[in-house]
Amino acid sequence: MILASGAIGTGPEYMQPFFNFVNFICRPEILFTGSVAAFFGALKFRKILVKPPVAIAMTVGLIAFILISLLSPQFYNEARKPDNAPIFIMVFLTGLVLWAAFYQAVNNDERFRQGLRSDEHEAAEEKLHVWPYLIYIEAIVAAFVLALLFAWSIGLEAPLEQFANPAKSPNPAKAPWYFLGLQEMLVYYDPWIAGVVLPGMILSGLIVLPYCDPNPKGVGYYTFEQRRLAITVFLFGFLILWVLLIFVGTFLRGPNWNFFGLYEPWDAHKLLSLNNINLSEYFWSDLLHKAPPQEWWRREWPGFALIFAYFTILPAAGTVLFKRFYQKLGFVRYSMVVMHLLVMFSLPIKMYLRWSINLKYIVFIPDYFFNI
Amino acid sequence: MSAVGDQVRKFLDESVYQSVIWKSVFRHGFPDTDRNRTLVVLSNLFLHLHPAKLKGHAVRMRYTWCMGGLSFFMFLILTISGVFLMFYYRPTPEYAYQDIVALREDVPLGMFMRNVHRWGAHSMVLIVWLHMLRVFMTGSYKAPREFNWAIGVILLKLTLLLSFTGYLLPWDQLAIWAITVGTNMARATPFLGHEGPGASLIGYDDFKVVHSKSDIRFALLGGSIVGPSALLRFYVLHCVFLPLVAGFLMAVHFWRIRKDGFSAPL
Ligand code: HEM
Repeated sequence: MILASGAIGTGPEYMQPFFNFVNFICRPEILFTGSVAAFFGALKFRKILVKPPVAIAMTVGLIAFILISLLSPQFYNEARKPDNAPIFIMVFLTGLVLWAAFYQAVNNDERFRQGLRSDEHEAAEEKLHVWPYLIYIEAIVAAFVLALLFAWSIGLEAPLEQFANPAKSPNPAKAPWYFLGLQEMLVYYDPWIAGVVLPGMILSGLIVLPYCDPNPKGVGYYTFEQRRLAITVFLFGFLILWVLLIFVGTFLRGPNWNFFGLYEPWDAHKLLSLNNINLSEYFWSDLLHKAPPQEWWRREWPGFALIFAYFTILPAAGTVLFKRFYQKLGFVRYSMVVMHLLVMFSLPIKMYLRWSINLKYIVFIPDYFFNI
Repeated sequence: MSAVGDQVRKFLDESVYQSVIWKSVFRHGFPDTDRNRTLVVLSNLFLHLHPAKLKGHAVRMRYTWCMGGLSFFMFLILTISGVFLMFYYRPTPEYAYQDIVALREDVPLGMFMRNVHRWGAHSMVLIVWLHMLRVFMTGSYKAPREFNWAIGVILLKLTLLLSFTGYLLPWDQLAIWAITVGTNMARATPFLGHEGPGASLIGYDDFKVVHSKSDIRFALLGGSIVGPSALLRFYVLHCVFLPLVAGFLMAVHFWRIRKDGFSAPL
């Protein structure tokens, strides 16, 4: 790097109050909590949000926000990296398709309330010839997308950096953007969980999903009210635990994978007082005022007990609290759903534990690389 | 129709659609009658991936967002641009980087093709995600399409792996470090990675079965760092193995869409 750290400025003077405010709300705990709140708020107020004027206003607002952000040298630096271009497309395209889905869902849910059939149902009455009705759409869309791709390829050159040098590691070293959600999880879990167990559970969870969704409604048309639980959980995973974490990994993680505000210049010497504490230390030193035992199986029993309880007592309680759900699914399918949900929510749980009490590991057995 | 249009149509009907050459290629006349519109779909290898007729909702863009079709379209674009790049690219550390530079500087349309391939790959990742989102939002994964959804999940995984293996090939700093970060996680695979939980339990005393030169990361990279063997392995996976598997699974995916029937409200 030619630029010494801290050499890039913070942008125009008059923007500083706004930039400082955004930097502040970008702190992981605030951003995450805020996004979760916004997510549930958006589901609740979906009828208002899908109205075209509101949707357009939000899009314009987002574009304005991005343009204003470009005044920050730091954001500008990241935004102009060619490999980050897909992130912007992701944000707008995801927004567009979610709008399309919810616009139709709200419309259909309203129709059901009036005793009508879904809009798709009406349209399905008629059978259309694939030629020309579908082939034409496909041809036009394909030509349009090809034109866009060509324009993108003429306008933006694929990056090519210096010749590979295994001795000179860049800081930060980042995975490709679509894996940055996983890299972000590494902050909270060791690689065997963040890099192996969690991705594995994402895939297995997706595969068992159709076998575990007992709700026969909602096939072939958009709806929200007939599939509240399934849609909420799926979108939570996709938007909050995947898309949001990609954003964080791209724009908010700088040298040494330290956290930086959206407009905060990446300073490789930023010092953070990291005093993360293991559960066993909390338990033995702070609670019992004793020296932690040497043997791991004595030292770590509180953590094991906690995890054991999380994966047994909660599911057991669920069979009573959500009795109908349990009976509908049966033992095997219920267990699969609950295990996947518990693993999924273990990520935000660990995040909040880190932010609130600096918890590092719940179970810490470095000899066997078994840290949770 | 205008007088000129009538003339043109008459000419086509009498001289083109009746000609020996036309009839040897297309086994039907111009698709403006129900019969010919059905035949055009059924008698063409590419079009017959579709049924001849569909229910009205399935044809609308707002239902499918065209995302499945575009996933396939991107795959085709990437295959074509990828073959072009293969003409100029040699997967060894001596040549790889240099070949990309040459592609950019000396090869006619080389830079353009490289850009199409790279941005197309990024787009395909996004498009496949959004296709999955569409299938989820319309409940199309429910019976009888559970299995096709599972095939889709594997296709998603293959799409990500294709993109990931391709990322290494330019052999620049961006490439090897992104792949180093990505593959470092494999070290921690339970039992199979040398820094994974349980790995040290396999073996006895000082004899360890899983160590840094025998674990899953070593198998993936063909070494303990991202070096020449990793480049060759990723190249072969990227250009041969993964596209073949993906192509095969796409065939299954499309076949099953037809057999399971396209999702529709009951
Ligand atoms: C390379 C990746 C993929 C390709 C090329 C592909 C292609 C397609 C196409 C062309 C369709 C027809 C309808 C449409 O356009 O929406 C379709 C439908 C479908 N896809 Fe995919 N797909 C891919 C990945 C996936 C993934 C990741 C999933 C789910 C996890 C999935 C699940 C399905 C299902 C269940 C259907 C049937 C939809 C219905 O009947 O409404 N596919 N796919």
